[in-house]
Parts: sequence; structure tokens; C-alpha cells
Amino acid sequence: MSLNYVTSVSVIIVLMQEVTATSRHYVDRLFDPDPQKVLQGVIDMKNAVIGNNKQKANLIVLGAVPRLLYLLQQSSSSLELRTECSVVLGSLAMGTENNIKSLVDCHIIPALLQGLLCPDLIFIEACLRCLRTVFISPVTPVQLLYTDSTVIPHLMSLLSRSQRTQEYITQIFSHCCKTPEHQTVLFNHGAIQNIAPLLISPSYKVRMQALKCFSVLAYENTQVSMTLVNVLVDGELLSQVFVRMMQRDQPIEMQLTAAKCLTYMCRAGAIRTDDSCVVLKTLPCLVRMCSKEHLLEERVEGAETLAYLMEPDVELQRIASTTDHLVAMLADYFKYPSSVSAITDIKRVGHWNISCNGILSLQTCYALAILHELQSCQIAILQLDHDLKHAHELRQAAFKLYASLGSNDEDIRKKITETENMMDRIVSGLSESSIKVRLAAVRCLHSLSRSVQQLRTSFHDHAVWKPLMKLLQNAPDEVLVMASSTLCNLLLEFSPSKEPILESGVIELLCSLTQSDSPALRVNGIWALMNMAFQADQKVKGEIVRCLGTEQLFRLLSDPDTNVLMKTLGLLRNLLSTRPHIDQIMSSHGKQIMQAVTLILEAEHSIEVKEQTLCILANIADGNTAKELIMTNDDMLQKIKYYMGHSNVKLQLAATFCISNLIWNEEDGSQERQDKLREMGFVDILHKLTQASDPNLSDRAKTAMQQYLA
Amino acid sequence: MSGQSSGCGFLMSVVVHGDSVLNEQEKELNQRLRRLYPAVNENETPLPRSWSPKDKFSYIGLSQNNLRVHYKGMTPRHTQAASRVLLLHRYMGIGLSAQGVNMNRLPGWDKHSYGYHGDDGHSFCSSGTGQPYGPTFTTGDVIGCCVNLINNTCFYTKNGHSLGNDLRQQSQYPNLYPTVGLQTPGEVVDANFGQHPFVFDIEDYMREWRTKIQAQIDRFPIGEREGEWQSMIQKMVASYLVHHSYCATAEAFAKSTDQAVHEELASIKNRQKIQKLVLSGRMGEAIETTQQLYPNLLERNPDLLFMLKVRQFIEMVNGTDSEVRCLGGRSPKSQDSYPGSPRPFSSPSHKASSSQPYLPGFDSNCCNGVTSNKSHSSSPHSHKPCPPGSGSTLPASDISLNGSRSQQPISSSDVDMEVDHFTNGVTESSSNGFLNGSSKHATEPDDCDADMEVESAQSKRQLCGGSQAAIERMIHFGRELQSMSEHLRRECGKNSANKKMLKDAFSLLAYSDPWNSPVGYQLDAIQREPVCSTLNSAILETHNLPKQPPLAQAVGQAAQCLAIMARTGSGSCAFASVDDYLH
Repeated sequence: MSLNYVTSVSVIIVLMQEVTATSRHYVDRLFDPDPQKVLQGVIDMKNAVIGNNKQKANLIVLGAVPRLLYLLQQSSSSLELRTECSVVLGSLAMGTENNIKSLVDCHIIPALLQGLLCPDLIFIEACLRCLRTVFISPVTPVQLLYTDSTVIPHLMSLLSRSQRTQEYITQIFSHCCKTPEHQTVLFNHGAIQNIAPLLISPSYKVRMQALKCFSVLAYENTQVSMTLVNVLVDGELLSQVFVRMMQRDQPIEMQLTAAKCLTYMCRAGAIRTDDSCVVLKTLPCLVRMCSKEHLLEERVEGAETLAYLMEPDVELQRIASTTDHLVAMLADYFKYPSSVSAITDIKRVGHWNISCNGILSLQTCYALAILHELQSCQIAILQLDHDLKHAHELRQAAFKLYASLGSNDEDIRKKITETENMMDRIVSGLSESSIKVRLAAVRCLHSLSRSVQQLRTSFHDHAVWKPLMKLLQNAPDEVLVMASSTLCNLLLEFSPSKEPILESGVIELLCSLTQSDSPALRVNGIWALMNMAFQADQKVKGEIVRCLGTEQLFRLLSDPDTNVLMKTLGLLRNLLSTRPHIDQIMSSHGKQIMQAVTLILEAEHSIEVKEQTLCILANIADGNTAKELIMTNDDMLQKIKYYMGHSNVKLQLAATFCISNLIWNEEDGSQERQDKLREMGFVDILHKLTQASDPNLSDRAKTAMQQYLA
Repeated sequence: MSGQSSGCGFLMSVVVHGDSVLNEQEKELNQRLRRLYPAVNENETPLPRSWSPKDKFSYIGLSQNNLRVHYKGMTPRHTQAASRVLLLHRYMGIGLSAQGVNMNRLPGWDKHSYGYHGDDGHSFCSSGTGQPYGPTFTTGDVIGCCVNLINNTCFYTKNGHSLGNDLRQQSQYPNLYPTVGLQTPGEVVDANFGQHPFVFDIEDYMREWRTKIQAQIDRFPIGEREGEWQSMIQKMVASYLVHHSYCATAEAFAKSTDQAVHEELASIKNRQKIQKLVLSGRMGEAIETTQQLYPNLLERNPDLLFMLKVRQFIEMVNGTDSEVRCLGGRSPKSQDSYPGSPRPFSSPSHKASSSQPYLPGFDSNCCNGVTSNKSHSSSPHSHKPCPPGSGSTLPASDISLNGSRSQQPISSSDVDMEVDHFTNGVTESSSNGFLNGSSKHATEPDDCDADMEVESAQSKRQLCGGSQAAIERMIHFGRELQSMSEHLRRECGKNSANKKMLKDAFSLLAYSDPWNSPVGYQLDAIQREPVCSTLNSAILETHNLPKQPPLAQAVGQAAQCLAIMARTGSGSCAFASVDDYLH
């Protein structure tokens, strides 16, 4: 074999030269002064490039594209020539991504869009076909469709011309609608009214592309979705048309896309989650898509769409969890690639064929045969890549779906964790190379971490905190958000993982999260610290305060995000519990804390924030020495008085708590404090509160009053 | 208890309608069952329509036309602890079981019995220990069961959602009946065997399988060698064309496909000529031509000749036969032209097979919809249906299950009368109308004149084309036929087919308007086809050519195969009707 390669290399070089020479000949003919010869040259070129990527690349390198575009745009060219030019360009676009790039660089898009203004239908169709091929490539910037504002309305008007224009235009739309702005542009130009009738076109391709259009238009778009539910197609509601497209004898692609449309409409609030077309049609259809008998891509899309559909609705989650053994079916997503699929892949490679052109000599054919073998190796490698990508896609889709299934119902979570090797899979998913898989795995873990039972059992048994901590060290923000959120749950007081996590130096990491630019990360960081401080020992609390630093703590207290503020207050409250801790912290940071409390009570904040702040004050009032910080602060006492008379019972209760702590009998100096507060009129207020309609409040006031009576 | 079944099907309902809508409901039920079990011949294997009152344990009560099941056992002497557990759960099972299974136990616990139990959601497969299968179910839930005979799987549904295949319940035993078991006093289950649409979209499920089977047929690999398949098809088409004597077409086809025709062109043309005569109703000429061209054929086949003559008699009545036509005043053209070519595949073998009963069909052994109400506690009892679908052995008490047209015993008597009248209707009402006038005509054809004259004024079509001479000729011919029949009987012994043929033909004269009489179908041009085909086959046989074209034979064989598949319980035949492929 190695000997063969030596000879073959030279043969390949010969072959290259030969191909280049013939290619040049094709290009030269485009410049012939006789238009008839030019036309024949273009037609010959068309026949030469079909299915021949090498030839296409050569022609592009030799500068055929600008010339073809020139001929295409010349109004002096015959329609036939212009049409043939766009056909050749379309053929060149069918090649590699590099070909597309070159074509786009030569400004093929504006030239073709210009061509659409010609009245000739055949020419329009050829231009559209070429445009379609260019636009569906991932390397083409979709924005190019929107730069000229007259293009979309013109395309809409071409929809009525023929089945071909319908197919190509809807395909272009569905590939070029990537942002809410795109959706709005298409919507405003009447996409819905223009495309809806195509759903009952006699041509399957047209129906399919129209359906795809609706799926991209409706995605996360309330305006479009709300309009869609009221659209009638031939007297039938659009949702019913979609339901019919989901019938089990329809092609899978159609079932899946129709299910996506209904899913998006449902998530955008246009269809209720208990509507029978969702519960009895869309959901079962998507569950079916997850079954083994379908293609990998379909299984991935099915699972992702299903996860999205039922994310907010526990009833759908319950139904899905019992439909067709979905939870067990998803376990199969982790069994790819299997040894069986490897064998079929090799077979697929074996069937690969290279198209041979008549102009090649026997020798070059031989060279091609060797090239073919080389290519086979490459293809085998590509295939392996492809398989790995699918394996990743499958895993992340399964994790997403598990996450969605388990987000609310405890029984479903139990069922998921009991699935074979589930926890091991999540653990290994957390450290996979693919970021998508890691993110999905941590989402799944997060969803399951809402279960007290799982936190106590499987989470601890599988030491999920280890990979989770590792993940937190260096990950993109979206992964960090999920991971830190999961960590919050793992740090809950009853979680057995709390101890080992503490020992792994998590505090520093969490403190650094609180300095993040992302509010979500700040919340999670401070939240986790809050959970950690709950009933923690002195050492941990000291560590938190030391590590976070008072400066950062107070910065968080003025955070624009209310969630961050709430959790910071929660942290303070947890830090300030049990008397020795209160006194210790207040002795070192008393001044700043009192200042912060004053600021918050004086500023415009929600009831919840104020309540939390008053609770902190009540905790401070529980300290031995800390009490004095309040007692000596008349301004603060006035504030407490104010809140005791507030219209909100929660605030009254918290303020009363605070006073009750200050006047508690058995403590040193209680008499003086009672006297002072009596002077300030607190007894009258307390007396009034004993008559409060809220039983908690009146009880609390009565208990406080008893301190005076004793 | 279980529904009475043909070894594969059953169905159940939630709401039960009153008696007044019963007929309507029954019609709907029949239609639905027909759709759900396309290959089941209910004459051989009736489908369940209600629970069998015989196959049940004594603690089980039935009501609502045997569709509602309730538990009427006394509270059993359980220990305190046990009954507390029972109070918490609905002890109810849905499933399948063979005949003769112990009716005192929930489905699934015994051999040849399978069940899905509501208390724990487990599936039981001939064993007291269940395996986790699906969710639990309780009051208000609708539970369904579907057996797929194509891939031999079984799944249950809850409130319209498939719970997935129950892998342990491979239905190895084709004769399974839908079964429910209850053991809680006050518990009620309503069944839907197809009286109402099912909550689970079974039609959609069937659509998927129909598509799968058809794709399988379409993709079926054929001959390895290139071109072999094509040339075989061409041969079949060519032989078919030749058989039916489409000479020009056959010639053109043979030429363009490079085929050899195995019959002289002249011979084909002769057959074509005869067939044309038969199909246009000119029987006399047809017989004459046959005798000319194939001198010994009819002499050797007296039965065939008899059949042709009987047909000739019918055509005389019709006024189309050449012998009466020349006597009658009607324009020959009006009845002469036969509207079209011989119908494809009217060969005997196909006829036979298409009338063959189909058997168990598709997969959908489906029992959807069990609703449970109330509960207390007790011991388990289940209840089984009527005896299996061994066809005719239905108990008398189950009339309602049995026939599609027979009256419901439940419905009031005058409704019965109407139903009766309606079903037998056509024959009786028309005979009532005409018997007094012309009842004797069959035996004494001679004095038909007066009546005929009267009738002719009213009806467009007239006996023998309306000519008196023609009628006389016809009557004369009838006498000849009668004596030929007697002669045949003496020579060849009794032949009931011949006897019936003659009787039916003569019966035409018993009616003043034979065309609209119960035996009037004989006058339809379509009846010429079997005659034509038989004659054609006989001619071909004398030339040592197949009496049936291979194409028709293949079609007939395919239909037979499907019938056999149906009888052996191979489910896919339900979606592979030969007719679907003939357009």
C-alpha cells in the first residue's frame, strides 16, 4: 500500500494539472465575443460542475464567479443566458462552505435579489433556487436578506407565482429568521397571511417549508403566536391544521415541526397548557419522537422541544413522566455510540461514491480511485466526529428533558434518580468536554437538587458536590449560574454534602461570585453564603465575614437587584443568630451594620426588604452587649416605634419582636431599658397591639407586656 | 369479568345511553368495530360488545346492558390492619385472560392471565408478583388496553395517554379476552367496547401501523437479477390481455415489450368476437358462433351449454337477445352496447376468495375506558366473559352480542317489529305487491299476455322488448330449456346449481316488472361477465391454454393468503387488503 501511495501522489499531481487546464478552458469561453458561444460555454460548464466539488473550487479560483454575475446582471444578455448563469452559480453554491463564502464575497446576494425584479418566472425561479442554497448555509450572514427593505415585500409578492417560488422563499425565510427583529419584520410584511394558505398546498415540500416558517416565527414570540391561533386556513383553525400534520402516518419531519409550532404557541401563551391539542396531541407526539426507532436528530429535537413545552407546567410533566416509559426511554440516549452503530457507519462509508467525469483518462480514474480511498479514511474520521457530536447532542437533550421533567414533582425526581446509573451519568456529564453537555447536566442536577430526599441520599452517595465544585472553578457564566444555584441547595442545613463542601474552600469562591457583573451570579453567591451561615458555628461565620469583607457586604446591601439585597439581609440575619455570635459580630462591625440598617429603613424598599431588616434588628436586640447599640440610638427606636404602628402586620410583628427582645426580663439592665422605652411611649403602643386582630401580633404584644408586669 | 371475544378483540365505555338511542348506538358500534378490526369476520369470531354474564364470579354484578360492573360482595373478615390498607387503595385490575381462568382472582395472578392493577400500577403476568409498569389509577380514570397482533405487544392507556408497551405481556395466546377484576364493595367499572369513541386516539395509532405495513409491502425486495421482475410483470400483463382477447392492445404491448404471444392472432380474434356477443347480451349468436368455431366444445360441455342457454333466456326477457330483438320493435342499439370491458379479475378463484371470511384482524385488541367509582374493602374476584369465539357456540342469552342486524332483546317490542320488518323488508313488501296479479306466471307462462300489456303501459322497459312475437318466442324457448334441463338430469344426474339457475331465471316471469324484482339482478349486464369468463376459459382449455390468466391467479392467491393470515392471527393482513392495490 505504501508503495502505491508514492506512485499515486505523482498521479494526483498530474490529475490536478489536467483538471485545472480543463477548468481554465471553461472560464475562457465565458469571454467569447459571440454570445451564442458564451451560452454554450455556460451550459457546458453547468454539466461539468454538477456533483464535482473539485471542479467547482477550480472555477471559483479561476474567477468564473464575477464573470457569471456580470453576465447575469447584464440586461443585454439573453434571458436564457442569464438563467443558465444563475443555475451554474446555484450549482457552485451546492459545494463546500468555502464556495459559499467566495460567492458571498463576490456580492452574489444583491445581484440575485436584483434579478428577482425581472418579470420572467423561469429566471426568477433560478435566482430564488440559488439564493435559497446560499441562505441555508450557516456561513451566510442572514442580515443580508434585510439590508434592502424592499426585498421582503417583494418576496412576499412572489409567493403567489408558482410552487417553486413558494418552496424557495419559505425556505429562505425559515433559515433567515433568527432574532425577534427578524420575526417582527416578516410579521409586519404579512408573513402569516401570505404563508398560511401554503399549509394546504398540494406540494409536500411547500407544506413542509411553510410549516418550518411558522415554527421559527412563533418561537418565543407572543405577538405572532397570538395571531396564529386565530388564523383560518380553508375554514379550519391553524392549530387544527397543525394537529392534522401531527398524525402518525405523516412523515416524521412534518409531525415534529408541527409539534414545535404548537409548543411555541403554547409557551408564548397563545394556547393553554390544558388544551387537548397540547395534552392529547403535541405531548404524545413529542414523546414518540424520543423513541429509539427514530433518527438521532429527531430524538434530539423531540426531547428538547418536549423539555421546553412542559417546563412551566407540572401537570404536563406528570403526564409525560408516565407516557410510553419516557423516563426509561431517555436512558437509551446515553448508550450511543454503540458497537452496532459503528458497524453500520463503516458500511455507510463503503457506499461512498465519487462521480467520475467523462473527460478523465483511465490513469486519472485510477488516481481517483486512490483518492477515493484516502477520502474514505477522511470520511471515516469525519463520521467519527459526527457520531461524537451526536452522542453529545443526545446526552444534553436527555439531561434537559430530565431537568424539565423533575423540576416540580418529587415522585418524578425519585423515578429519575432511580433510573439505571442516572446519578453516575450526571456526575460524568458535569465534567464532559462539551460545554452544552455540562450545562445540561448541571441543569438536570439543579432540578433534582430541589428534592430534600435526593439531597439526603443519592446526592450524598455520589458525592456530586465534587464535580460541581470543579465545574465552578472555571466555567462560562451560564454554567456558573446553574452550578452555583445547585450549590445553594447543596448547602442547605439538612444536606449532608454541606460539611465536605465547606471543607473544600467554597467560601472564597462564593465571595468572588458576589462580585460578578451578572446579577444572577451575585444572587447565587450570596444565597449560598446565606444558606451556609444558617445555624453555622462561630468559625464558619467568622470565615464568611472575614472573606467577604464588610465593604463588599455593604456594597451588596445597596445592590440594585432586590434579590441580592434580600439574600444579603438573609445572610446578615443568619450571621446574627445565637447571642455570643451576635455580640461578637456587633462588637466588631456594629457601627457599619447599624448604619446600613438605618439606610435601608429610610430608603424606598419593598415590605419584604423592610421586614427582613427589622428581623435583623430584632436579632441584634437579642444580643447581650449588642442591645445597647439600639438602646443608645434614639433615632432607631423612633423608627421601631413607627413600624409598630405601620399598616402592614408583618412589619408590626417584626418591630414588636425587636422591642420584646429589648425589654426581656431576665437580662442585665432590663429594668433601665423598660423604663426608657416606657418613657418613649412604647407601652401604650404595646397595649394597643394586644387588641390587634392578628392573633400572632396580639400574642406577641401580650408577651411583651408581661415583661413589664413581672 | 371479561368481555366476550373472538380471541383478539375487545373494547369498553364511560357513559351509557338510554334505551331509546340504542339502535343508533348499536349501528355506530358496528361501524366503529368494523373500522377497528378490518380483518375480523364476526361470523367466525365475534367481537366483544359487552361483558359475558356467564364468565363471572358470583360477587360481581352487571347492569347497563352488561357494560357496567360492580362489586357486590360483603365486607370480608379481614384483620383490621389489612382492611386499612385496602381502604387506601383501589384494588382493581384490568387485563386479558384466556377462557377458563379462575374467576375468583384479579387478572394477572393466574396462568394465562395478564393484568394492570390500579393500587400499585404494576403489571402482572401469570404471577402473584407484579413488576413496576405504569402509574396507579383510581376513581374517574379511564384505562384502556390495546393488543397489537402485528408485533405482538400490549400496552395500556390512562386518560388517553399510552403508558408504553408492557414488555412482559407478549400475547402468546391468541384467544385472550378483556377482563376486569374488582374486590372492593361499592366499586363500579363502566366499559366501552366501541359504543363510544375511545379517549386514546386508536385511529391515529392504526394509521401509523397501516403506513408501516404498506411501506413494508412497497419496499419488499424482489428478484435479485436485473430485469427479471420486469419481464415477469410484462408476461403477466401480456397473458392477461390475450386471455381477455384484447388483440390490438395485446399485439401492441407484445411488440413494445418484446414478448411472444402464445396464441394465434386469429384465435384471439375469434374469442374476442364471442365475448363481445356475450357481453352485449346476444347470446343466441354467441352460442351459434361458438358452435361454428369450436365444433365440439359445447357438445362435450353440456353444463356449459345449459348455462349459456339459461343466459339466453334471461337476455330474451331483457329483450337483448338476437332472436327476440329482431322480433321486437325496439332499437337494437339501446341495449346492444355493453358499457365497457370485462371487469378485471372476475375469475372464479378471486370471487371465491373475496367472499371468504376474514379472521382476526389487526392489532387493536383494544379495550379503552374503564371508569372506577367508590370503594371499600374486600377480597378479589374477577369475572369472565362468554365462551370464546368458537363461532357458533354462543349462548342464547347473548343474542345482543351476536348478530349485527338482529333485534335487541332489551328494546321494546314494537321497535323489534320494525327492525324485523325492515331487515327482511325488500323481499316481503315487493312480493306482497305483485303476488295477486301474476303469481301463476312462473308455472303457466302461456297466459302472460293480459297482464303484460297492462304493465307495459307503465314501465319503460318491456318484457322481451315489448313485442308479442318475441314473448311467444321466449316462452317457447323456456319450454325447450325446461326439457333440456330434464334431459340433462337424466343423462348426468342431479345438478343443484343448474336447477337453481333455471329456477331463478324462470322466476323473472313472476313479476310484472322483472327489472325491479328481487330476482331482477339477473338482468343486469354485469351478470354476463361470469358467463363470458366461463365460456372463454372453456375455449382456452380446449387449446391447452390456462383457463385463468396468471394475473388473476396471482390476485386470487394473494387474497387467499390474506384470508389464511387472518385466520392464523397474523395481524398485518388487516392493512394489506388486495383491493387497496387494484384501482
